[in-house]
Amino acid sequence: MIGAALRRAALLLALAMPSAQAHKPSDSYLRLSVDGATVTGEWDIALRDLDFEIGLDADGNGEITWGELRARHADIAAYAMARLRIAGDGADCKISSGEQLVDNHTDGAYTVLPLRAECGAAPTELTLAYTLFASTDPQHRGLLRLDVQGATQTGVLGPQAPQQRFALRQPSRWVQFADYVREGVWHIWIGFDHILFLLALLLPAVLVWRRPHWEAARSFGAAGWDVAKIVTAFTVAHSITLSLATLGIVSLPSRGVEATIAASVVLAALNNVFAVFHGRRWTVAFVFGLVHGFGFASVLADLQLPKGSLLLALVGFNVGVELGQLAIVAVFLPIAYALRRTAFYRRGVLVGGSMLIALIAALWFAERAFNLELMRF
Amino acid sequence: MALVLMGAQVAFCAGAVPYRPEADQQVLETLPARAADPRMREIRESRAALARSPRDLDLALRLARLYYAEVAAEGDPRYIGYAQAALGPWWDEPAPPPAARVMRAILRQFNHGFDAANADLDAALQADPRNGEAWAWRAAIAMVQADYTQARRACLGLQSLASTLIETACLAQVDGTTGRAPAAAASLRAALAAASTSAPAERLWALTRLAEIEERLGEHAVAEATFRRALDLGLTDGYLLAAYSDFLLDRGRAREVLALLKDKGRSDLLLLRLALAAKSLGDPVLPAWAAELAARFDAARLRGDSVHEKEEARFALGVQGQPARALVLAQRNFAVQREPADARVLLEAAFAAGQPAAAAPALKWMADSGIESQVLRGLERRLKGAP
Repeated sequence: MIGAALRRAALLLALAMPSAQAHKPSDSYLRLSVDGATVTGEWDIALRDLDFEIGLDADGNGEITWGELRARHADIAAYAMARLRIAGDGADCKISSGEQLVDNHTDGAYTVLPLRAECGAAPTELTLAYTLFASTDPQHRGLLRLDVQGATQTGVLGPQAPQQRFALRQPSRWVQFADYVREGVWHIWIGFDHILFLLALLLPAVLVWRRPHWEAARSFGAAGWDVAKIVTAFTVAHSITLSLATLGIVSLPSRGVEATIAASVVLAALNNVFAVFHGRRWTVAFVFGLVHGFGFASVLADLQLPKGSLLLALVGFNVGVELGQLAIVAVFLPIAYALRRTAFYRRGVLVGGSMLIALIAALWFAERAFNLELMRF
Repeated sequence: MALVLMGAQVAFCAGAVPYRPEADQQVLETLPARAADPRMREIRESRAALARSPRDLDLALRLARLYYAEVAAEGDPRYIGYAQAALGPWWDEPAPPPAARVMRAILRQFNHGFDAANADLDAALQADPRNGEAWAWRAAIAMVQADYTQARRACLGLQSLASTLIETACLAQVDGTTGRAPAAAASLRAALAAASTSAPAERLWALTRLAEIEERLGEHAVAEATFRRALDLGLTDGYLLAAYSDFLLDRGRAREVLALLKDKGRSDLLLLRLALAAKSLGDPVLPAWAAELAARFDAARLRGDSVHEKEEARFALGVQGQPARALVLAQRNFAVQREPADARVLLEAAFAAGQPAAAAPALKWMADSGIESQVLRGLERRLKGAP
């Protein structure tokens, strides 16, 4: 039975009734991200809670130092890992942990435990069994943030629901494919160097070189065939190198690639003025297309592709680049064909435009090759 | 509602970037107490004893009480969870022994499980009508729920089970809220004078309640003197500091609040008062305090807690200038808690949001209880005059 003194004390507390909490209750923060069959993440666990559970304050001075914490890293990992189970579609994933860091939340310092779980196959449903501190603090909660391909779910884990299932709303393959197509289109449209290269090759397509000057192409079909050869050669070439680079088979330094792309634009534009490769511009498109492919690959790498859908992304991106090019051609060809007999087109657009393209590309080349900043685009 | 929930997404990113400390000596965390602290030692020993025989109810209750004493001293809710764990074998039972039920009620009311707590207390009192602790909690919860008949009944149940000062104060807090404030103040003053040797903690509690009644009656100078007498007892009491800070804020004395609560921002209750004071002074520290408070409220919401809604409503209204959000919070809070401070924030938020109709529950409570409060009656007039 409780003593009279304690009863008296408790009575007072009742009357004072602290009706609101002054500090935060115990939470951990679990951030998981699912990528194919792999779940990676971080688990932030409060040092105060760990101290209560397994003791961190080795010298008992009421302060937890980095040294004291570091000495218990292995114990913390073992303790925590025994209290979290991740299963994909019912099959347990193998969890491992990495080197711990420190972070601060509103109520103090937390250890940050990096996690990695291998699930065998890409799960459609994730089961989390969470029993951290369940036996010593039933009010403890694990605040979950689960990311799957840009879609975020949240959850509250704890003894109130020790095991919870999360449907992984992986975006459908078709939606993913469409996303990469869009990225491809977008990239060709904002990639001025690719557009200028293509334009430089296309400008003469509505004309035929009859030494010593250009003549109008006889039919729209002939001009279209010339364009088709150029665009196809460019596409085949950049698809080859884009695939090789994305699959990690070939890798080139990006500064060299970017400078070479700029140089290719200069050469393609100058060729319109000095007409060296008039008949076989598709070979020029092919050779330099190989270099442009490496340029596309660096964009795709920046998108951080999921490993499980690399091929899907590759094809989607290529299709997007292709559609973007076709849109440019569809606008360019009829206008150029209509204007092909005019002096404006032959002198102003073909010669003047090509000189302008060559000048811009030369500046790009200088920037990229020598790491300068001359223009802002 | 949607507005209130929006913050939750943001809060997840609130943590800074994880880092690797540079030196082993770097202090990362300061614990509430040293291991050698007598209170901590007692807890440790009690915990070890319970670990050896986890089904020993006396040991479990002893440990739960030690934890609850920490909650009361520090306001740290982690100890509520620890106490619940100590009661683990009895926690989910429909009818555990009365002593376990009383402790369970104390823990349940902390997270606003008032109805479940009342059920436990009523059952315990049926088994033992002379359980003064159960009567005291029953009265306290009835006050929060604005059930004044039940509160008065519980105070009468307390007769001869507690000190005269506590018995008087229990009834005075009911009378002070139900249209008998001058008489309640007089009886409290008399009891305090008669019990000049009573325990400081009891005096502090009685003085705090008296000061609040005097303040509501508009006797500001008298109320201030009573607050000062309570503070002069030299005990640290978060509730008293918060109540006196509110008194000062209402009198336009924000600078004194900053001095009174210096370095006490660890408590949400007091950080709110600091932020309100900084706001009214245009103090440059305001953004930091406001961000800290917002992060704490967001963190609570992430785990589904709603026990901070009164404070968050005041924060939204007084610091963030978001009356619509404040009103939603104040309405939800008033559905659970109906004390003068709960009514006040609802009236203020309804007025600021231009939605006088939303204040109806608080106005009805004022009419039903007959509470005497200059501030609340003033707000009522403003609301009724508003279009």
